[in-house]
Amino acid sequence: MPPDPNSRPRLAPGCRLGENNSQRVLLMPERALRLLGPSLEIIERCDGNHTVAAIVADLQKIYSKAKPEKVEQDILGYLQLLQKERALDFVVGPAF
Amino acid sequence: MPTTFSNPLALIAELTHRCPLHCVYCSNPQELQSRETELSTETWSRVFREAAELGVLQADFTGGEPLARTDILDLVKSARASGLYVNLITSGLPLDEPKLDALIAAGLDHFQLSFQGATEEIAAEIAGSKSHQQKLRVLDWLKSRRVAVTLNFVIHRQNLDQLPEMLAIAESSTATRIEFAHVQYYGWAFANREHLLPTRQQLDASLEFFQRAQKRLEGKIRVEFVVPDYYAKYPKTCMGGWGRKLMLITPTGEVLPCHAAKIIPNLVFDNVRDRPLGEIWQSAEAFQKFRGQSWMQEPCKSCDRRELDFAGCRCQAFLLAADPAATDPVCSLSPLRPQIDALLATINTPGQPNSLTSLVVAQHAPGPSADEASAPSPVAAGLVYREPRRTPPADPPGKITWLYRRNPS
Repeated sequence: MPPDPNSRPRLAPGCRLGENNSQRVLLMPERALRLLGPSLEIIERCDGNHTVAAIVADLQKIYSKAKPEKVEQDILGYLQLLQKERALDFVVGPAF
Repeated sequence: MPTTFSNPLALIAELTHRCPLHCVYCSNPQELQSRETELSTETWSRVFREAAELGVLQADFTGGEPLARTDILDLVKSARASGLYVNLITSGLPLDEPKLDALIAAGLDHFQLSFQGATEEIAAEIAGSKSHQQKLRVLDWLKSRRVAVTLNFVIHRQNLDQLPEMLAIAESSTATRIEFAHVQYYGWAFANREHLLPTRQQLDASLEFFQRAQKRLEGKIRVEFVVPDYYAKYPKTCMGGWGRKLMLITPTGEVLPCHAAKIIPNLVFDNVRDRPLGEIWQSAEAFQKFRGQSWMQEPCKSCDRRELDFAGCRCQAFLLAADPAATDPVCSLSPLRPQIDALLATINTPGQPNSLTSLVVAQHAPGPSADEASAPSPVAAGLVYREPRRTPPADPPGKITWLYRRNPS
């Protein structure tokens, strides 16, 4: 199921940004993910403050030459995959 | 001369051989090292810095029981300060709440709690000491703390019927990952393998169980499992290939390409006390020995799978074929596969032993004391991590690239 646009993704416990050979990586249990371009832009916004909708809107601005629907679809797919990997939690309800 | 090498991605730091448990499948060698011979805090700190410079992403603190090191907080701090992601693999025994808080404050990223079974009885029988209730207490403490939690269940014939109870423990905890890893047959487990190998029926039932659990818990808990390669068609990609991704440092500072490498005769291991880690990784004889393909024999040499599994496990080849350069005998293409099939036929004959009374066990120096240990078995080896062949997750739109990936998805 694609994430709720009003939920706010944040990195799950034990998941954090790191660096390797001057590249940004997402470090997580037994895994590391290289972050390139849009994937880095997405992960940097997974801070529990940005809603999914806000992340989509931000990236649609940054990648204004791409079709907005394509950008949205890509982001939702990426977030869903990272949830499956247990790299993200989705906070719902008002920000505190 | 095999010379191709890539960056190491993970460092397995065996901080000590001291341990309060005495598991029948212990991965530690016969000659357990005492406290006096262990690397100092300063040497480990230097090793972590050198590892990070080499491109290592993660450090796995293991043992023995890593919490038996009185400087464990300093070790976590220095590994983290070097930029490494810090995993702690522990029995949870020498732990209380203040210590747990201190570990997390020191920068621990991932807490892996090892279980010997789902009940005190079986766990005590396997580990020779009562520890199960303490593990459940540790899981309770973890509920109010922010750290990644994995439950590691080591499984085998004697506890394979407890899978639902094991999963229930994970579901009532804050674990985001559970790993069911079959014992691998090296060291103590090799000596005990006829008691530990599951039957075909047990194995099939367990696979069905794991797949159902994966599906049901998707997005909540990552369910991972490692099957015994004796039942596989092709060998495991041991350590991701010799000297390609991982290295292990023993309590005394020897740098090994895998847990069990010391059983291979005439391999010389360099020590971090004598040489920088980068030099060892790049040019040490032990690492060069089975890099690339030039050392391979038929049927591996001309096999399409040689870049997938790198001929399997060198230590298993030595244990079963008496030749570390042979095709891993668990491979269905190995001329020695009939040996494995014969063993499996015995295992799958009704009336096999089903108790642990005749098993040999590792005699660790208990907890923090440092008595020289003696061991009743002639087998000295280690448990090798396996990387089962699983299809990687399909690239989503937006592209995902695993830089480092230890286990299946």
